[in-house]
Amino acid sequence: MKITTETGERHVLAITVDNEAGVLAKITGLFTARGYNIESLTVADISSDHALSRITIVTNGPPPVIDQIIAQLDRLVPVHSVTDLTDQGAHVEREIALVKVAGTGDKRIEALRMADVFRAKVVDTTLTSFIFEITGNSDKVDRFIALMRECGLVEVGRTGVVAIARGSEAL
Amino acid sequence: MTEMSGADMVVQALVDLGVDTVFGYPGGAVLPIYDALYKHPTIKHILVRHEQAATHAAEGYARSTGKPGVVLVTSGPGATNAVTGITDALLDSIPMVVLTGQVPTTLIGTDAFQECDTVGITRHCTKHNYLVMDPDRLGPIMHEAFHIATHGRPGPVVIDIPKNVQVATGTYSVPAFIQHNSYRPQVEPDAAAIAAAVEMIAAAERPVFYTGGGVINAGPDASVSLRQLVALTGAPITSTLMGLGAFPSDDDKWLGMLGMHGTYEANMAMNRADLIIAVGARFDDRVTGRLDAFAPEAKKIHIDIDRSSINKIVPVDLAVIGDAGRALDAIIAGWQAAGHKARDLGEWWRRVDGWRATRCLDFPEKKEPDADIMPQRAVRALFDATRGCDPIITTEVGQHQMWAAQHFGFSDPNRWLTSGGLGTMGYGFPAAVGAQIANPDRLVICIAGEASLQMNIQEMGTVAQYRLPVKIFILNNEWMGMVRQWQELTYESRYSNSYSDSLPDFVKLADAYGWTGLRIDTLGELEAGIRTMIDTPGPVIVDCRVAKLANCFPMIPSGAAHTDMILQPNDIVGTMDDEAKALV
Repeated sequence: MKITTETGERHVLAITVDNEAGVLAKITGLFTARGYNIESLTVADISSDHALSRITIVTNGPPPVIDQIIAQLDRLVPVHSVTDLTDQGAHVEREIALVKVAGTGDKRIEALRMADVFRAKVVDTTLTSFIFEITGNSDKVDRFIALMRECGLVEVGRTGVVAIARGSEAL
Repeated sequence: MTEMSGADMVVQALVDLGVDTVFGYPGGAVLPIYDALYKHPTIKHILVRHEQAATHAAEGYARSTGKPGVVLVTSGPGATNAVTGITDALLDSIPMVVLTGQVPTTLIGTDAFQECDTVGITRHCTKHNYLVMDPDRLGPIMHEAFHIATHGRPGPVVIDIPKNVQVATGTYSVPAFIQHNSYRPQVEPDAAAIAAAVEMIAAAERPVFYTGGGVINAGPDASVSLRQLVALTGAPITSTLMGLGAFPSDDDKWLGMLGMHGTYEANMAMNRADLIIAVGARFDDRVTGRLDAFAPEAKKIHIDIDRSSINKIVPVDLAVIGDAGRALDAIIAGWQAAGHKARDLGEWWRRVDGWRATRCLDFPEKKEPDADIMPQRAVRALFDATRGCDPIITTEVGQHQMWAAQHFGFSDPNRWLTSGGLGTMGYGFPAAVGAQIANPDRLVICIAGEASLQMNIQEMGTVAQYRLPVKIFILNNEWMGMVRQWQELTYESRYSNSYSDSLPDFVKLADAYGWTGLRIDTLGELEAGIRTMIDTPGPVIVDCRVAKLANCFPMIPSGAAHTDMILQPNDIVGTMDDEAKALV
């Protein structure tokens, strides 16, 4: 017997939760306990009184599983709202990466040139290295990092995706 | 608004919330609360012998009364021992509040004596949990916890209280009105969904009601409404293990339980129906059998208070989110307002009667007085002997549980207490303790297997201490019968570790705890033995020796469809392919 898995589609979920101890563990634990995927997760406090946090989760699964994920998240006591931005339509996704590249000579020049094309900012430099800051959707960040691998990439830090729906409406 | 210690606040909150009974076990980290409970005038504390039993007793209390069960245990092992019962309550949607002691806040995270990460450990086996770091928060948290445990889909809530929070003083406050800022379950069903449900039911030619524990949780009125709706529509009705009692088993619309050990007629009706009306049931794998063959011809209406139950396993055509009782009432009102009359379901009932004719619950037996007792016969004799006594029946988990579900008839809700979702061996006896505490004048019987009973047998001491007249009726076949049955079905009868070796002498054990012990060996002794058990005041343990190798039928084997039931023992093949073996 072989174990098979279903292929899924990528969904970006925006979740608002009470900003209290254990909430993040409750949410990530739900994903592990029920076998759902997390491609990325970001969380930060978003209200002036620090009572609410917004979590953005990029997940992957067949449509019925995505529906279950939303229902399961929604019934957690500290969860205020769950919105499937992918399902809602037009939304903006961004993530930031810090990319450290080391090298000298042509590779160093090439790295700088490509950073310019990608509108990455140089936020630190030594004689033998750069740190680039790049902002964009995940694809753009992926492509930039792939190119930097050819130019002496030594380290990457990524924030994961934050996303928000287009238009004037709030969640 | 009064200044008092955290421990006093806990007790005050219990009083304010109408709690009369707490099941627990003391220890270092809850001593302040135990001191506050000392000789308390209204709150009765039941001292169990193991914290797991406290949680099951609280479940028994809750299931038999509809009120939340309350548990008080210490930190570390007290909390970890409670985890099985907490998980059981989560899977069976039992309202429960568990208070756990914790090491002082100053020691949290230092691997202190009897420290464990209780909120971490119970995060995914509770509906919600709290770690209280400030005594001022105790009042609001206690009240909120009871609200969450009992509203929407009920479940267990843990409140972890560090010892210094119990000792420190603060202000006790009671929220005037609890409206949680994020937890607001939908109770009232959507009118459009109800209207659609009424039309679907009115149009159905082969409808069947499939009901579950949600009807019990919705309160006794929901069972009344269910009976009314079934009578109005004239449709047959089946139920899950957890839903038994919501509909009377002696009604001619009743098909018996469905699922793996359900009746042939219930499963065939599900398979051939053109409409399934699921009420407070969650399409569990024990109910559906092979999913791609589940109810292929049926449209499905799913009434459930938990949105996440909808489309979780079986996609449905119409979802009605809300309290089962209110949804049933709304459907009845809609049905009557539309002037619907029950359709002529004669053709459907003729098919149902055809399936009933297989008499799937019949079993082979010898009738001589010295014959072995068939376990099914023992359950039926117990049922016959207790008719009119309105007993509360609890079970452990295994073959005896299924035989009890098949052969014991229930007429009303809250009389049948069993571990359905988690299938916890060791549940039944402590649950009987809790049910007896809540219903001191009722006949409470735990139908047990000799293996399951031993998982919490230490509670004989609790029963003796509080002089509870609990009866334990053991179907003793000297096997972990359900394990053996699966080994017979799947592993060519290689009985790996399923024999109950070195059993105690249950009669002597009864004697040791000051109980009455009885042994029934043959069919001729069965009725008199049961009569003696019922007539003997105080706790009684009955060691009823039953046919050792009897198996529980009918049965849908692992990975099979509703239509592929094994009706008789000689249908057993003894092997299974890997796909079927891999299923639970």
